[in-house]
Amino acid sequence: MDWQALRLSLLLAVATTVLLLPVSIFAGRWMAESSFRGKILLEAAIATPLVLPPTVIGYYLLVGMGAHSPLGAGFSELFGRPLVFNFSGLLIASVLVNLPFAIQPAQRAFESIPQDVRDAAQCCGMSFWRSLWAVDLPLAWPGVLTGLTLSFAHTLGEFGVVLMVGGAIPGETKTVSIAIYDQVQSLNFEGAGSMSLLLLLISLGLLVFVNLLGRYAGRLHAYRNV
Amino acid sequence: MPVDSMPTAMSELLVRLQQESPIPMDAELRCTGGQLLALVGPSGSGKTTLLRALAGLVQPKHGVISCGGETWFDSAAGHYLPARKRRVGYVPQHFALFPHLDVLHNVMSGMLHRAPETRVAAAHDLLERVNLAGLESRKPGQLSGGQQQRVAVARALAREPQVLLLDEPFSAVDHATRERLYGELAMLKQSLSMPMVMVTHDLREAMLLADEMCVLHRGRTLQTDKPLELVARPVSADVARLIGIRNIYHGEIAGHVPDLECTQLRFGAAMLKTPYRPELIPGSRVQWVIPSDGVVFHRRDRPSHTERENQLQGIVDTVHKLGEITRLAVRMDDEDRSLLWLDVPSHLARRNEIAVGVTATVSLTVAAIHIIDSTS
Repeated sequence: MDWQALRLSLLLAVATTVLLLPVSIFAGRWMAESSFRGKILLEAAIATPLVLPPTVIGYYLLVGMGAHSPLGAGFSELFGRPLVFNFSGLLIASVLVNLPFAIQPAQRAFESIPQDVRDAAQCCGMSFWRSLWAVDLPLAWPGVLTGLTLSFAHTLGEFGVVLMVGGAIPGETKTVSIAIYDQVQSLNFEGAGSMSLLLLLISLGLLVFVNLLGRYAGRLHAYRNV
Repeated sequence: MPVDSMPTAMSELLVRLQQESPIPMDAELRCTGGQLLALVGPSGSGKTTLLRALAGLVQPKHGVISCGGETWFDSAAGHYLPARKRRVGYVPQHFALFPHLDVLHNVMSGMLHRAPETRVAAAHDLLERVNLAGLESRKPGQLSGGQQQRVAVARALAREPQVLLLDEPFSAVDHATRERLYGELAMLKQSLSMPMVMVTHDLREAMLLADEMCVLHRGRTLQTDKPLELVARPVSADVARLIGIRNIYHGEIAGHVPDLECTQLRFGAAMLKTPYRPELIPGSRVQWVIPSDGVVFHRRDRPSHTERENQLQGIVDTVHKLGEITRLAVRMDDEDRSLLWLDVPSHLARRNEIAVGVTATVSLTVAAIHIIDSTS
């Protein structure tokens, strides 16, 4: 078991999830409530990481954050180190790749709040923030949490993008999925097996949790069908 | 007089709105404090859109909305108050209770303008007023439709609104509950001093509860009047149709008889006596209406005492048995070969052996005939 890689993976997953929390709430709510020209295009753009090969995403991120890109050059100027092949670059890549996992379930959850309930909140005199806190989040949190759980699970298992953007620098960018690959390459099937089993169990547990959330969300709105 | 140039009394709602799109609207409303104005019209006539505009949930293109001396919307001045800044009590069609909050907290949600320490007691008071004391800790999912409606009304009143807006408030409850809630709303209405606007497509509901009734069609307010007045004197054939009058005909003004205080109307071969309207020009073609309860059926075995009042004969064309009443259509012999609709008790229809093809004699009550003055 490569504990260092596991710790790095968990750190990356937690940091990604924390950064995606406000993104999923605000982007999800905004996408649910607004209709504008180009919304379909924006939704498709957010969903792209679901269908593109990770190597292709990794390639674009590598180019976009490389030393010759404005972002990479700016980062290097500010912090004195490159953005790619270190943890910061990996975190940015991870957040971008997980946008659809975080935003889509949150958007669906906000969309499931009936328009007249939102209207009622406004007619009660609630401001944007109060309505978000007192009505929208209590009704949509299972969707938000589902998105964050999926992002967490997905980050733990991400391989292609991590390899492209981060390489496999121990303690910096070598995550558990890359450690498994390395173990197999060096024919250490026992080490690869124990880490794979751990990832399998974590993923399975998280998906059971997501399904339970889905059932709970169904009950939250149930009274309207009585 | 356009509504915005009328003097504004305190606790009065004045509305004048126009727009072409996305939903056409051309509406003028006035509702004084303590009055209930029913907006009636078929589905898609823009009733709910108009109500949402009053609430501040949609912004119309042009016009003015003022309430209680406060201007909520004035397109010319570029002034628009969003819903959360208007003191509006809004009861949506399906009540829109907050499903995650119990009854007490649903009601307290409407009390953000009050000091926090006063909210619980005020919510208890309101729940008592709508007969829901004891159900404070229930969630909306544990309430019947009627109870949900009362929570929605309590939440709307919790806002201490300047206007109460009710969108089809009885459509989501069963028939028996609805009858009971009519009584409760009528009682509650007496204790309220703000203007109330209720959207409904149910004319009976509007007749029962409203002080004023406004007929809306394709976003346009066609006529506003007291319910009985509106049914007795629709300003146009469209209004008559929209409020369910089926007996709409063409005729010709034959002349006036000032001594008898009546105007004579030629309808086919018949000469009908109608209420005296000297402003109508003899010889002019007009439309006229009579509600079906203004038509009296003559027993076939014994003539009725109203036999001399506008007696007409025709052939029964349609017989619809609707439980205790039977709806008949009698074919007249005017140039349009019109149908005259009337309801008779089903036992009477049976005893008189009314069937399609038999000859029927009816009288048109003079006072119930209304000639539509197309020049007004």
